[in-house]
Amino acid sequence: MSTMIMRHLPALLIATPLFAAFLMPLVGAAGRWVRTAWVFLGAALTATVGLLLAWQVFTTGPVLYVFGAGDPTQTLPGDAAFPIRIMFAVDALSALMIVIASCSSLAITLYSLNAEARQSGLETFYAMLFLLVTGVLGMVATGDLFNFFVFLEISSLAGAALVAYRIDEGVAVEAGLKYALLSTVGALAVLIAIGILFAQYNALNIAALASRLQFTVLDKVALVLLVVPLAMKCGAVPMHFWTPDSYTTAPSSVTAFLVVSSQASLYGLFRILYTLYGSLLSWATFGWFLIILGVLSMFIGVTMAIPQKDVKRLMAYHAVSQTGYMLLGVGVGLAVLGNRAALEEFGKTAMAGGLFHIFNHAMYKGLLFLTAGAVFYRTGTRNLNKLGGLGHTMPWTMVFFMIGALAIAGVPPFNGFASKLLIYESVFRFSPFLAVVAMVVSILTLASFVKVFHSMFLGARRAEYAAAREVPAAMWVGMALLAVVVMAAGLVPRPFIDHLITPAVNALCDRAGYIATIFGG
Amino acid sequence: MKMTKIVRTTADVFYPFCLAFGLYVVMHGHLTPGGGFQGGAVMATGAALLIVARSYEDITGRLRKGVLKVCEATGLMLFLLAGLSGLLKGLPFMANWLTQTGGWVGKVMEFGPNGGELATGGLIPLLNVGVGIEVLGGLSIILLYMISGTKEKKP
Repeated sequence: MSTMIMRHLPALLIATPLFAAFLMPLVGAAGRWVRTAWVFLGAALTATVGLLLAWQVFTTGPVLYVFGAGDPTQTLPGDAAFPIRIMFAVDALSALMIVIASCSSLAITLYSLNAEARQSGLETFYAMLFLLVTGVLGMVATGDLFNFFVFLEISSLAGAALVAYRIDEGVAVEAGLKYALLSTVGALAVLIAIGILFAQYNALNIAALASRLQFTVLDKVALVLLVVPLAMKCGAVPMHFWTPDSYTTAPSSVTAFLVVSSQASLYGLFRILYTLYGSLLSWATFGWFLIILGVLSMFIGVTMAIPQKDVKRLMAYHAVSQTGYMLLGVGVGLAVLGNRAALEEFGKTAMAGGLFHIFNHAMYKGLLFLTAGAVFYRTGTRNLNKLGGLGHTMPWTMVFFMIGALAIAGVPPFNGFASKLLIYESVFRFSPFLAVVAMVVSILTLASFVKVFHSMFLGARRAEYAAAREVPAAMWVGMALLAVVVMAAGLVPRPFIDHLITPAVNALCDRAGYIATIFGG
Repeated sequence: MKMTKIVRTTADVFYPFCLAFGLYVVMHGHLTPGGGFQGGAVMATGAALLIVARSYEDITGRLRKGVLKVCEATGLMLFLLAGLSGLLKGLPFMANWLTQTGGWVGKVMEFGPNGGELATGGLIPLLNVGVGIEVLGGLSIILLYMISGTKEKKP
């Protein structure tokens, strides 16, 4: 039994959340407790399968899974020269993303068990949440470009439905519609790009396409059509306009996972630039493309965040700003990918910083959104001018918020510091100016969160929030789970970098290795 | 808002034929153009016909959201379980382990064009049936929610 499960982990990674989602309408009819138990079981099993798969990848190397074949590892059926079946190719980079999605999905599902308990239509909510998780896990695990598009669509549609879940006088519906429209237009561009590539090379498998790509004019068109929507989906300036609306109006637990979902698009962007096109690109051009996107996102994100009065809108702009760090780190790595000496000297460190920041960001930004949701749960407002004095009544939420805020500002010993230090050090070697910008943005982030902390938690007790109490147990556990990961990755970053990040960086750089894995080299 | 008796009667007569034709498209999904989605959509067209001919209040007695939701979930579960069934045989997800085995969907056939033998295809007809039930439920629910906007407000 256990060998069978280990053998089919990639299939179970998708099947488990789908199973949980599909049975939800029936389970929902059986009563509240059955539904709660089912949601918890589904989330716990999904996270377990995800972590087991990641563990398998980090101990034994990339895991391939071919759907419908006689043998799941048989990538080339019979005497075929290239892979024709849909397959999952889970390498160290995918495994890193799976770890992120697993931890985050477990925490937010636990949190929403209490946070959403007062809402109606809950079986639809949880079904959509599980579909969103499925979409994200599929996007990062697949080795097939068309399959990537399918999972992108699943996560977009489920995300749009969840953004609009709290109807809230039409504001949420507008945000959901905006998200759905932009995602659909973006996904359409991705689909056209995939069509262009398929028409030329008769392949959809990423490795097969990578080995055949000629970099014709059409390939360049396809590259643009792939890169722009994915940059939009990850919320990079100047295509960040959907993030504040969607992140603000979605229920907080969903927002925390929308962050992971946009990071899955970031994964797609890196996968396409490094693995699909790879050595055909001009490194400097595309490196600087990512760097400029990153610097713009960092700076504009944080300057837009400072004047915000809605706490979740403020955090949403910070999410844009933090995405800039990931783009900056990985962009510097891409810019020096052709220069082996520079790559070893600081390029890989910059990439490690960028990828570690993806992990850290998912944890602390998730935590921050959950604390904002907790405050909203007890007070019913997100307006910073109206909040105040909650430190007296919600001490644990305050502690969790402090952990998240210090982590996002890059204050030691929290995890944001660990990844930002890697970025500062290596980017300084590449271009001191960029490192200075990154540090200034961090300081502005700290200033912004000091303001939020002050206006939410400090001050005298307020009469209108006299009834506010600490959050219920499941919400507390969800936040504590993320807080523990934030603390752990900040206090002892070395094992995280050695066992999670470095393999992912090497996998991202090694285009030939990825192709050889699929072709059984 | 009700349509005339002529429209309502025509819709009633058409409804079973719509379902039967949809079912035919689903069952022959692995042989002829069409399949689970298309057949399910044809069946949902039957539901659309009833909805157009009658008022919302009239129709909810005949097409129940609860039943359609169960349809949706059942179809999806059938699809997923069919995919997972290969795992028990030690084969990957979605492996077609039923084809050419002589069962009621796996008649042993020569390699080449299929002259219309329905009991072939292994897992594929089962997947089509799953998708068909799901699309019937899903599309009908969408139509019901859309028509619910025309609900007459009680004075």
